[in-house]
Amino acid sequence: MVRAMAILLLCQLAGTILQQATGLPVPGPVIGLVLLLGLLAWRGGPSESMAATAQGILKYLGLLFVPAGVGFITELQELRANAFAIAIAIAISTFLGMAVTGLLMQWLLRAQESVVPGQADAP
Amino acid sequence: MPHSILPFFHIWAYLQTQPLLGLTATLCTWELANWVDIRAGRKSFTNPVLLSILILAAVLLLTHTPYKAYFTGALYVHFLLGPATVALAVPMFNNLPAIRRDFFAIITALTAGSIAAAASAMLIAHALGAPDAVVISLGPKSVTTPIAIGIAQNLGGQPSLTAVFVILTGVFGSVICTGTFRWLHVADRRAQGLAAGTAAHGIATARMLTLNQTAGAFGGVAIGLNGIVTSLILPLLVRLLGL
Repeated sequence: MVRAMAILLLCQLAGTILQQATGLPVPGPVIGLVLLLGLLAWRGGPSESMAATAQGILKYLGLLFVPAGVGFITELQELRANAFAIAIAIAISTFLGMAVTGLLMQWLLRAQESVVPGQADAP
Repeated sequence: MPHSILPFFHIWAYLQTQPLLGLTATLCTWELANWVDIRAGRKSFTNPVLLSILILAAVLLLTHTPYKAYFTGALYVHFLLGPATVALAVPMFNNLPAIRRDFFAIITALTAGSIAAAASAMLIAHALGAPDAVVISLGPKSVTTPIAIGIAQNLGGQPSLTAVFVILTGVFGSVICTGTFRWLHVADRRAQGLAAGTAAHGIATARMLTLNQTAGAFGGVAIGLNGIVTSLILPLLVRLLGL
């Protein structure tokens, strides 16, 4: 548990150092995610304690958003002044993102699977 | 003012400078919100993240507690966002076979959807007269919160605004996802999961997971991948829009 937590923090630390050193626009923890992914691929999978620790921390992922979310009270004026723009932007863009991803993914999967051998008619 | 209340004010003033109160309030509110959510049958509008934020915000506003005082305690929860982001690698690794098999389709559809969501959000808000800080904070709203906050911070947005936008997006996405897929005839479970995870991260993915395992797995893939794709693309998009 402690070792797994230490590995998570080390990946985040390495990611943050890399981010600071290279000026990459990607947040340090995201680089840490990629580093851990590489580590897992190299080691052939997560150890039992890493799997349990990751599951434990991700189970309460929602809780971790709360402190930052409460910060909106410091932006109430900004939110109230732009409530209409924000509501329209979120509603339309969320629908659009969902529609584009869903339709394109379904179309690509169908195109891909229709050329799978066995279904293709040999000339 | 009666004398018996005076010590209370001393204790209150003391606690405001300490982390204990903010941390305790965060955990207790989370438990309360979860209880409400379960009792209500896990409706999309009883999302415990949204409920907790609203309850705590109301308490802070009513007691005139500055956010800074609250955050001295809540910081300990907030800090775990970093390691939690790294920990997303574990479920991503478990889904690697699925990702590898349909990699081209996944990365193409996800990137297109990611750009569509971020660009349309920023363009609409900009066109409707929102200031740049709000527009930039809207950019990463489809990404899971820990990553979205990091991106907003890097680009000069307001992380606290982004946190709220992310949650509003998730709740809205989880409400519209099944209807949208029916309306657009997106019947493939993999496409449904990927679309829910790309447009509305974990909150919509959790909704898809209650309906279908495959959809849930592809939602999980989309959460992690979209975090990476958006953090790469958004800086370019922001520059392109001249913000």
